[in-house]
Amino acid sequence: MSDAVITVENLSKCYLVGHQSAQQERYTSLRDVIAREVHNFGHKLVDLARGRQIIQGDEIEEFWALKDVSFRITRGEVVGIIGRNGAGKSTLLKILSRITEPSEGRVSIKGRLASLLEVGTGFHPELTGRENIYLNGAILGMTRAEIKRKFDEIIAFAEVEKFLDTPVKRYSSGMYVRLAFAVAAHLEPEVLVVDEVLAVGDVEFQKKCLGKMGEVAGRGRTVLMVSHNTHAVRALCKSTITLDSGRLLYFGDTDKAIRLYDGSLSEDSRETRVVLYDKPRALTRDPRIQLLAINLEQKKAATFGAGYSIGIDVEVREAISSVVFGVGFCSKSGIRILSSDSDYSGSPLFDFVPGKHRINCSFQSLPLAPGEYLLDVGCRSSGLTLYDEIKGAFLLEVLPPNDAPPQFLQKFTTCVVKSVWEKVDEDIGC
Amino acid sequence: MYQDSTQELVIEAGRRERHYWQDLWRYRELFRVLAWRDISVRYKQTVIGAAWAVIRPFLTMMVFTIIFGKIARLPSQGAPYALLVFAGLLPWMLFSTALADASNSLVNNANLISKVYFPRLIVPAATVIVSLVDFLISLAILVILMIWYQYLPGWPILLLPVFVAIAFLTSLGPALWITALNVKYRDFRYVIPFVVQLGLYVSPVGFSSSIIPEQWRLLYSINPMVGVIDGFRWCILGRDNQVYLPGFCIGIGVTGILLWLGLRQFRQLERNFADLI
Repeated sequence: MSDAVITVENLSKCYLVGHQSAQQERYTSLRDVIAREVHNFGHKLVDLARGRQIIQGDEIEEFWALKDVSFRITRGEVVGIIGRNGAGKSTLLKILSRITEPSEGRVSIKGRLASLLEVGTGFHPELTGRENIYLNGAILGMTRAEIKRKFDEIIAFAEVEKFLDTPVKRYSSGMYVRLAFAVAAHLEPEVLVVDEVLAVGDVEFQKKCLGKMGEVAGRGRTVLMVSHNTHAVRALCKSTITLDSGRLLYFGDTDKAIRLYDGSLSEDSRETRVVLYDKPRALTRDPRIQLLAINLEQKKAATFGAGYSIGIDVEVREAISSVVFGVGFCSKSGIRILSSDSDYSGSPLFDFVPGKHRINCSFQSLPLAPGEYLLDVGCRSSGLTLYDEIKGAFLLEVLPPNDAPPQFLQKFTTCVVKSVWEKVDEDIGC
Repeated sequence: MYQDSTQELVIEAGRRERHYWQDLWRYRELFRVLAWRDISVRYKQTVIGAAWAVIRPFLTMMVFTIIFGKIARLPSQGAPYALLVFAGLLPWMLFSTALADASNSLVNNANLISKVYFPRLIVPAATVIVSLVDFLISLAILVILMIWYQYLPGWPILLLPVFVAIAFLTSLGPALWITALNVKYRDFRYVIPFVVQLGLYVSPVGFSSSIIPEQWRLLYSINPMVGVIDGFRWCILGRDNQVYLPGFCIGIGVTGILLWLGLRQFRQLERNFADLI
């Protein structure tokens, strides 16, 4: 155990996030607004004087990007880190590379650590390729002598010999990225921390990068790499860490870690939840009721002609009665194609006591032609006073059914319904 | 690599860097490279390039000489008025460009701050070096002016580097403070142009500080640039431009306090830069 290069104990990182409190909108007189602003300004000044962090908004929420993560990595190990977006991968790397400090916990690292969180950090567009190699190398932690020694290797790897004395702003994006990666690839630290940086360049170059990574790993270096590319992780790493919502789900055999990660993904696609409470609203919403989220049975896809249902979660702060819900489907250019409101559909008006509730809306047969639609969702009084409305809550993909409707319908229309058709051969008068 | 391979690095919440200054020394290579970058980028894509470093002080000198020397007829302590103005303008330009550039340095390098670790102090420090290059160019103009007026400096000219260093430190204190605060509150970037503009007239750039009434001189010297500018004039012009010693000491004291406050504020906020920027 003495050979542990990285030891992480109970690592946590907390961010403070500010929300505008929902209470505010009730007091909209100028006097109240001024009073509130003065109050906030006073608070800010006090915080400023004390050197504390100032957060916009008056409801402050803690957000734990990482929570109680512990692991230990021994010398020469190549470890992958996988997890969904927001699982805390980048935060973990940022803490390891000392860019940000943890809120709790402890990390100890033996040996020189270099981190590569982004390709081409500090590249200056006005400087030439040659100058940028020195600049970027120094930023990544190489000394001038080291860069000089590897200079030829770097330009050969990047394949930019001809443009060495051209400012990099004239480079094509591919050349730029190749040069940037080439510098990084020639770092020789004892511990290397890499964020999702392999997904650059064309396929050929990606292969080269993977080869280089494997080579680095082969030389007994300790490598920690974040990737969404499970093939790359499988190819390079023996063991892998799976993170989920800031927690360490699993650390061990790569295959199992990837299965867990895939599992958490497919579980995710069975029911999708679209969070609404923090989305922007066009109107000032009623303080009594707020749309929280939409729950979908399937991933954000539906099938033409098949049943489709949407669960709408609301939070009610004060008892409210006779609420009407509605959904609307719009084309991507924002033109409403289809609307369905609960009062028109013959459903009762909804009465609520304070708390969280779910309303279900289901279509027996979705008449939208295959394509992509934006979904609007809202609630109002039985009159027409709008309580809360989110436009374009998410993009819904409508797939063609197995017994696809005639092709032309898909091409020339957006809405297809069944109606009664019959031949009437009576006197039509001439 | 800048780190020592045998040393164990411990990262903990709220841990004060024990080897802070040592670390800073280890990263001197990066300091050098960043300073070089800022210098070489400074005049790229400009038509007359480095000529800007000549034109700005020269035109300011002409205007001040005409307004304060010819129209207001202020005394020049025995030297040509243009020289008096230029000797004051040199440290002022050094101070103001250093202050302005360093104040914006962290925000301008946001991509570095959020992606790589290094002692953050390097960024404002490297930026300040750029103003030194402009200063050296201006110094060359001074030499030409002195040849033009056939004005020979005395031995105090040898002490000029000391005053350059003081001008530097004077700008570094407030610059560190402002640049750290600028990361959190972008309001502070509006403060500096204002301070610089105001300071140009509050400091004895266009006139000699000897015209300040005796009873106010000590109070006037709280502005740390007063001592520095007086020192420059003494070094370059000599003769009647004596440094007012009690005032000079106060100036040094203020510089020291500002530097200490700036460093303290900077180090306090430094650890959260990446989260806030």
